[in-house]
Order: sequence, then C-alpha cells, then structure tokens
Amino acid sequence: MAAAEGSGAGGSLFPGLADVSISQDIPVEGEITVPVGSHSPDEDYSTLDEPVKDTIMRDLKAVGKKFVHVMYPRKSSALLRDWDLWGPLVLCVSLALMLQGGSADSKDDGGPQFAEVFVIIWFGAVVITLNSKLLGGTISFFQSLCVLGYCVMPLTVAMLVCRLVLLAGAGTVSFIIRLIVVGAMFAWSTLASTAFLADSQPPNRKALVVYPIFLFYFVISWMILTFTPQ
Amino acid sequence: MATADDLKFQEFDDAANLLAANPDATTISIDEPVEIPKNQHSHRQEPGREEDDELLGTDDSDKTELLAGQKKSAPFWTFDYYQTFFDVDTYQVLDRIKGSVFPVPGKNFVRLYIRSNPDLYGPFWICATLVFTIAVSGNLSNFFIHLGKPTYRYVPEFRKVSIAATTIYAYAWLVPLALWGFLMWRNSKVMNIVSYSFLEIVCVYGYSLFIYIPTAILWIIPQKVVRWVLVVFSLCVSGSVLVMTFWPAVRDDNRRIAVATVATVLLLHALLAVGCLAYFFDAPELDIPAPIIPAHNGTTVITKSH
Repeated sequence: MAAAEGSGAGGSLFPGLADVSISQDIPVEGEITVPVGSHSPDEDYSTLDEPVKDTIMRDLKAVGKKFVHVMYPRKSSALLRDWDLWGPLVLCVSLALMLQGGSADSKDDGGPQFAEVFVIIWFGAVVITLNSKLLGGTISFFQSLCVLGYCVMPLTVAMLVCRLVLLAGAGTVSFIIRLIVVGAMFAWSTLASTAFLADSQPPNRKALVVYPIFLFYFVISWMILTFTPQ
Repeated sequence: MATADDLKFQEFDDAANLLAANPDATTISIDEPVEIPKNQHSHRQEPGREEDDELLGTDDSDKTELLAGQKKSAPFWTFDYYQTFFDVDTYQVLDRIKGSVFPVPGKNFVRLYIRSNPDLYGPFWICATLVFTIAVSGNLSNFFIHLGKPTYRYVPEFRKVSIAATTIYAYAWLVPLALWGFLMWRNSKVMNIVSYSFLEIVCVYGYSLFIYIPTAILWIIPQKVVRWVLVVFSLCVSGSVLVMTFWPAVRDDNRRIAVATVATVLLLHALLAVGCLAYFFDAPELDIPAPIIPAHNGTTVITKSH
C-alpha cells in the first residue's frame, strides 16, 4: 500500500485530517502472507530425534545457570522468566536429608524430621508467594516459588559446612564458626531473594513483602544452627 | 438502505453536554454493586454494621449496607475478595502496631486505626512471628539455664513449634469467633451502639498480640521476678487495648454481663501469656551456692568372680 500523503488526501472524506502531515520518508511496507506450516514439524522432529544426553544437558544447564545467578545476584530476569522447580526440589531434599540424624533422647525433643523440613520449606514458600500476590505483587505463582527455592542454596551450603565442622568437634569454637557461617548465608539468601523479588512488588508495600521472606530464611537458619548430631 | 454516513463511527459528546442539549432525556447511571444478600453464607462477610447513633439511627440502615458493600463486593470464591483484606501499606501496618503497643487511654483501637479497613496481614504474620519467637526463645532460655550441668545435652525441641503454632493460631482465631458470636447474640437482645465485624475483632486480637513478641525475647532472662514483671506489663498493655475496644460494645448491656465479658477476655489473654511462659520456658534455678554434697569418688569396687 502506498504511504499516506497528508496534504493531498484532504477532502470531503476525512475533513478532520486535512491538516495532518506525515513526513514522506517513513516507508510503510510489509508482507501479507500466511506462514506455511512447514516449519513446525521440522522443529519437533529435531528435538524428538536428538540424543537423550542433549535433552538432559539442556535442562541441567538451565538449572546450573540459575544456581550461578543465585550465587552472584544481579538483577537479571533469567531466573524469573524460565522458572523451573528442579533446583528447589534438589535443594530441599538434600537439606532435609542432611538435617536427619539429629539428637533425640526421646523422639519428641529432637530436631525436625524429614517431612517437617520438607513441609516447612514448601508450605512456607507457598504462603509467602500467596502473601505477595495478595498484597498486589505482579509476579506469577511459580516464578516466586522458583526464586524462593533457589535462594535456599546458600543455606544448603551452610548446612554442608556445619556438618563438616561438627565432624571435627562440637565445642564452643565450632559453634562460633557455625554461627558465623549460618549468619552469613542467611543474609546472602535474604538479599538474593529480595533482589529478585523486590521489583515486582508495589512500592509502598515492599517491607510487608520482604519481612515474611526474612522470617522464612530465619527459621531455616535456626534449624541448621541447632542441628546437633547424635 | 444505509448510507455511508450511517456506517461511519460517530463520536458522542460526553454526558454533560448531551444532557444540557436535551434536559428531558432519560438517564441511567451504573454504579458499583451495592447490595449484599441478607442471608450471609460466609461468616466473613460483614453483617450490618452500626456507626455511632449520631450518624445513623437504626440497625440495618441502607447506608451501612452501602458502605460495607462497596468495600467488599467480590464473591468469596474469587481471589479479589481476599485481596481486599490485604489492602494496607507499610506505614499503615506500622501505625497499627504502634497503636497496639502505646494504647491511648480513651481512644478505641478499631475506631482510630482500623476504620473499616481491617486487614489480615497483621494478625497472620504477627501470630507467625510470635510462634517462632516463643519456640526459639524457649529453646535458648532452656539452653542457658541448663548450660553448666554435666548431664545436659542440648536438644532443639522442634515439636514445640507445632504446639506453639496450634495454640497461638487457635487463640487468635477461635476466641474472636466466640466473642463475635456472643456480641451478635447480645446485639439481637439489646440495642448496642457499637458493634464490630468478625474481621475487626480478629484484627484487634492479632495486633494486641504484638507486645508478646519482645516479651518472649526478654523471657530468656532466667530470673523469675523479671519474667513475672514482664507478664504483668505486657498483660496491662495488650489487655488495655482489648478493654478499650470492647467496653463500648458491651457497656449498654446488663451490667453484670458487660463486666463478665470483659473479665473473660482479659482472663483468656492472661491464660495465654502464663501458659506460654510455663510450658516453653523452664523454671530458672534459684541462685544458690554450689550444693554441699558429700563427695563421692564415683569409683566402685568391682569384685571379679572367678
């Protein structure tokens, strides 16, 4: 179609537009064609036929990239856009497994059991996500779960370090080391998740959204710090 | 046959101009839905609320229905309905917390701070914080009390978290439910000037529990006197918030019932505080000098049998 020529097109049909002028160097062009459906079968064909190793490696690379994002939290949207829950599942299960074997004279007094840790992490993440959505956040449900789950990673590392330190002994020095490590990782987790989640919250309610995240990671840190082996 | 003019999009003048041109034309205005069904199927929807009688005289006046309806008009199965309970900003939550910690004598917490915008954020997260604070402080205080003893092994006592959670959430939701039911029942018998919706009562209870959070942290100090002073102090503060809220709602009633209601509210509150102190915090040992026990060597003579 030809470019609209303002001054020439005035007339009885468009009286109001008579004095609109459009510069002549904006080309209007394109094509009106219906895309032939010959591309899609090719793509399906290619992922269906690729070696299984490629499929798995692609997902593993995505998970690994997210771990790196958590370690160096910059404001990138990769974590948010392509959410997945593999990472949080792996972290949660490994954390719950490492918290096993806590001391117990009677069953009632010991540390959290596997199911308790699992439920606390997932139920806590769901409650925080619901809270931020109810307060008017624009992030989607699973994206928020993804971020909260991935940001448990520093605390899982802290748990690993604590178990190693406890192998060496359980005195005051080891407690101080564990306290420092867990404290630092707790701060890291909270800051990382806040960095990812803060932008999607309405501005006067940021503190209301951040506080439950702080409480969540505090509870997990407390469980890690009070772990005493048998 | 339609002419070219009929098929063109036509701009309409705005309503004021059209009405000025033709004052007799019929007009329809569409406002937000204002009706709430009289039969409440969910206890969360607001019953007819009453303001002070200088504003409106009677029960169930249309205006209160209107005011209440405009606020929460979404049906209760939609997400938007619950979003109306979280319509608070940070400074509002902080103001409400401040109001519960520094109660102004004579000022009603609900009237002053909540003002027909009850929120569920405060009660829910204050209760969650209180649960974990009590569990963690109890654990810490027991650790410090039993620290020197040779037979003591530290245990995290994780079960107590679930017990604390059940207790505190049950208190913060069931007691307001009972109180609301009781006030509604009295309302039907005696005309009361002031009445509260269920959510406002939940709000007051939730925010009044805030003072227990620093109290629980200070309960770590293993001195009996300090702990009991803290109990009394926090009971006074949060109790006064509750009393100043509920006294206007029952004062027109039979004297004995009014006093009994307020006394029960305070008693349950005190029971919560004392119960938490007794269950989660072990009694601190009295500061006595090292007990004088005849020193056993601990060695025993083992006779071998051969």
